Amino acid sequence: MELRFTDEEIAFRKEVRAFIDAKLPKALREKLAAGHHPTRDDIVFWQKTLNDKGWGVAHWPVPYGGTGWDAVKQYIFLEEMMMAPSPPPLAFGTSMVGPVIYTFGSEAQKKRFLPRIASLDDWWCQGFSEPGAGSDLAGLKTKAEKVGDHWVINGQKTWTTLGQYADWIFVLARTDASVKKQEGISFILVDMKSPGITVKPIQTIDGGHEVNEVFFDDVKVPLENLVGQENKGWDYAKFLLGNERTGIARVGISKQRIRKIKEMAAIEQRAGRPLIEDQRFREKIAEVEIELKALEITQLRVIAGEKKREKGKPDPASSVLKIKGSELQQATTELLMEVIGPHAAPFAPEEPGSNEPPIGPEWAQTIAPTYFNVRKVSIYGGSNEIQKNIIAKAVLGL
Amino acid sequence: MDFDLSEEQQLLKDSVEGFLSDTYDFESRKKIAALPGGWSPEVWAKFAELGLLGLPFAEDDGGFGGGAVETMLLAESFGKHLVLEPYLATVILGGGVVKRAGSAAQKAEHIAAIAEGARTFALATTDRHSRYDMFDVTTTAKKDGASYVLDGEKAVVVHGGTADRIIVSARSAGSRRDRGGIGLFIVAADAEGLIRRSSPTQDGTHAAEITLSGVRVDADGILGDPEGGLPVLEAVADEAIAALCAEAVGAMSELTDLTVDYLKQRKQFGVPIGGFQALQHRAAEMFVALEQARSMAMFAAMTASTEDATERRALASAAKVQIGRSAKFIGQQGIQLHGGIGMTMEYKAGHYFKRLTMIDTLFGDADHHLAQVADYGQLVSTA
Repeated sequence: MELRFTDEEIAFRKEVRAFIDAKLPKALREKLAAGHHPTRDDIVFWQKTLNDKGWGVAHWPVPYGGTGWDAVKQYIFLEEMMMAPSPPPLAFGTSMVGPVIYTFGSEAQKKRFLPRIASLDDWWCQGFSEPGAGSDLAGLKTKAEKVGDHWVINGQKTWTTLGQYADWIFVLARTDASVKKQEGISFILVDMKSPGITVKPIQTIDGGHEVNEVFFDDVKVPLENLVGQENKGWDYAKFLLGNERTGIARVGISKQRIRKIKEMAAIEQRAGRPLIEDQRFREKIAEVEIELKALEITQLRVIAGEKKREKGKPDPASSVLKIKGSELQQATTELLMEVIGPHAAPFAPEEPGSNEPPIGPEWAQTIAPTYFNVRKVSIYGGSNEIQKNIIAKAVLGL
Repeated sequence: MDFDLSEEQQLLKDSVEGFLSDTYDFESRKKIAALPGGWSPEVWAKFAELGLLGLPFAEDDGGFGGGAVETMLLAESFGKHLVLEPYLATVILGGGVVKRAGSAAQKAEHIAAIAEGARTFALATTDRHSRYDMFDVTTTAKKDGASYVLDGEKAVVVHGGTADRIIVSARSAGSRRDRGGIGLFIVAADAEGLIRRSSPTQDGTHAAEITLSGVRVDADGILGDPEGGLPVLEAVADEAIAALCAEAVGAMSELTDLTVDYLKQRKQFGVPIGGFQALQHRAAEMFVALEQARSMAMFAAMTASTEDATERRALASAAKVQIGRSAKFIGQQGIQLHGGIGMTMEYKAGHYFKRLTMIDTLFGDADHHLAQVADYGQLVSTA
C-alpha cells in the first residue's frame, strides 16, 4: 500500500503540465480561470491539439486510438487539464458515445465514427432525457419505427447540452412498446442535419444557453445506425451512465476553485482585514479541502479497484464519487459567492464580442452565474437522490 | 500509488481477524469489560504470542519492523471488535515515546518487555486546562542533581490505572504554553508520591486521574532532552491519530453493516423497514461517510512518516477531522435507524457509538484539528 506517486508518475505529470503550458494559449487559459465558458471553437481547438499529440482519447483501448496509460496516469492527465484549466473534453463523444460504439457497435460504425470523435470533426450530443423521462429514464416515449430501410423517429428530447453545435445525436428511442419498459429501447445514432429535427434553446438561471430541446418530426435514419441489438439500448445506456459517474467527481475543478477562493479572499475584505485572515472563513475552506482530499483518495481507490472488476461493469461505489463530487463543486461555488459578497449582484450575461467593461470587480462577474449554473451537477448524470437509490440497492442490498 | 496489501500484510490481517472473530464476540467482550482494570491479561498474552505487541518497533530494538499500514490493519480489527486491551496506551503511546526518545539502554530495558507482553505503559499528557494542546503543561519537573522531581495533576490518562509505567509530560523550563521546556519522564506505578484514581470511561476502557507529589525520577527515567519533549509527543500523537482513525473506521464499518442488517430484518407496517426510501437514503449517506473516512484513515497511515513535521501534523489533523465528522454521523444515525433497541446497553450498536464518540476526544476533536488545517492553509496544493 503506497499513496505517494512513483517517480515515473511524477515525471508523467510534469510532461503533461509542460505540454499544456506550451500549447494552451494564455488568453484562453485566463478566460477559463476567470470562470468564462469556452466557445465551440475553443473546445474544438483543444481537442485537436490533444489529438495531434495522440492524447485525444487517452482512455480508449489502444486499437481505437487510446494511449494504454494505466488508471493512475489517466487520473493525473485529467487532473492537470482541470487544474490548468483547459477547455474540457466534449464528454458526449469521448466518454459517452465513443465507448458505446467501440464496445457494442459494428465494425462499420467504429470505422466511420471513432476517428471523427477523437478529432472532434463530429460534435456529438446526448438524446436521453425527455420532458416526461428524467430520473425514470426508461419511461421515455420518443419512438423509432422501422419503415422500409429506415427508422422513423418521432418525439422530443430535452436538456440536450451544447446540442446547438451538434453534428450528431445519440438517441434512446422506444422500438417495442409491448414489453417491459427497459426491454423495448434501442440506441440509435442520428445525423443532426436530418430533415425534421428542430433545436430550441433553453435559458438557464445563470443566464446562459447550454441546454436545448430537440424535436423529432418523422426523422428518417438509416437502419444501420442502430448500435448493437434492437431493444438492448437500455443495457448500453446503463453502461454509458456508469462510465459517466467515474469521471464525474471533478476533483481537479474543485481544486482549481479552492485556489481561486484563496486568491480572492486575500483581496476581498471583512471588518477591514483580508477575508482570508478571518478564522471562521478559513475553517470553512479547510472543511471543503478535507472532504476533497478524502474524495480524491476515494476516487483513486475506485480507479484502482476497476483493474480487478469485470470489464464494462462500473463500481456501484462510483455513486459516492458523484454525490460527494457534486456536493463539493457546489460548496466551492458557494464559498466564492461568500468571498465577493455584495459584488455578486450585477446580472450581465456574456455577450460574445462585447467590449463593455464589467460593472464591479472584474473577477466577480462570473461568480454568481457559476454558482447558479453548478446547481445542475447534483441533478444531471443521475440525480444525487438516484445515486443514493443505487447505493442502497446495489451496495447495501436494501 | 497502490492500495493492495502485501502478502505479509494480508497474512497479518487474517490472523488478527481470525483470532478476534473466534474469541472476541460481544458477549466475551462484556465479560472482559467487567474484569478488574477492564481488560484481559489472557488476550494480552495472546497478542504477544501473535507478535502484535512488538509490531511497530524496529527489529534492532526487539520488534518486528512493522509500519503504519500494519498498525492500521490491526487497529481496524480492534475497532470492529471493540477491543479493550491497552494496545494504544502501551504500544503506540508508551512504546512510541521510548522508541523515538529513549537511549539505547532505555530501549533495551523497555521495548522487549512491551513486545513480550510483560510490561504495560500509559502516556499522561493532559493537564486540567490544557484541552488538546500538548504544549500547555503546568505539571512541573524541577531539577535536583541528576534527577527531576515532578509535581502536578494529569487528567484522563488512558489505562493509567493498570499501567506498569506511566510516561509523564512535565514542564522543566519556560512558562505554561511555551513549546520548549517540556520533558518526558518514566514513572513506575509504585513510585513514591504517585496517586492514581481510575474509573471506567464511556466506551468501556479505563482512564485515571493522576496526582504527582514530589515524584523523583532518576536519570534512567528521563527520556531524551528534558526540555525538548514536545516534538516527540507530537510525532507520537500523529501515529496515535492514524491508529485511532483506523480503529474508528473498523467501528464505523461494523456499525453500518449492523444497521443495514437491521433494516433488512426489522418489520413494521408488515414490511422490512429497509424498503422505505427515507431510511435507504440515510443508510446510503452512512456508506458515503464511511468511504470518505476509510480514505482518510489510509491517508493518515500513508502520511504518518512525512518528514516535514508541520506538514505531517496538518495531514494527521485533516484525517482526524474527517473521522470525527463521519463518526458522529454514522454513530448518531446508527442509533436512530435502530430505533429503541439502539438505545439499550445490552445491544452492540450503542457501544460502537460510544467508542466513536470517545475517539473524537482523543488527541484533538474535529474542531480542534479543523483549526490546525485552516492555519496550515495548503492541504489542497497543486499536486
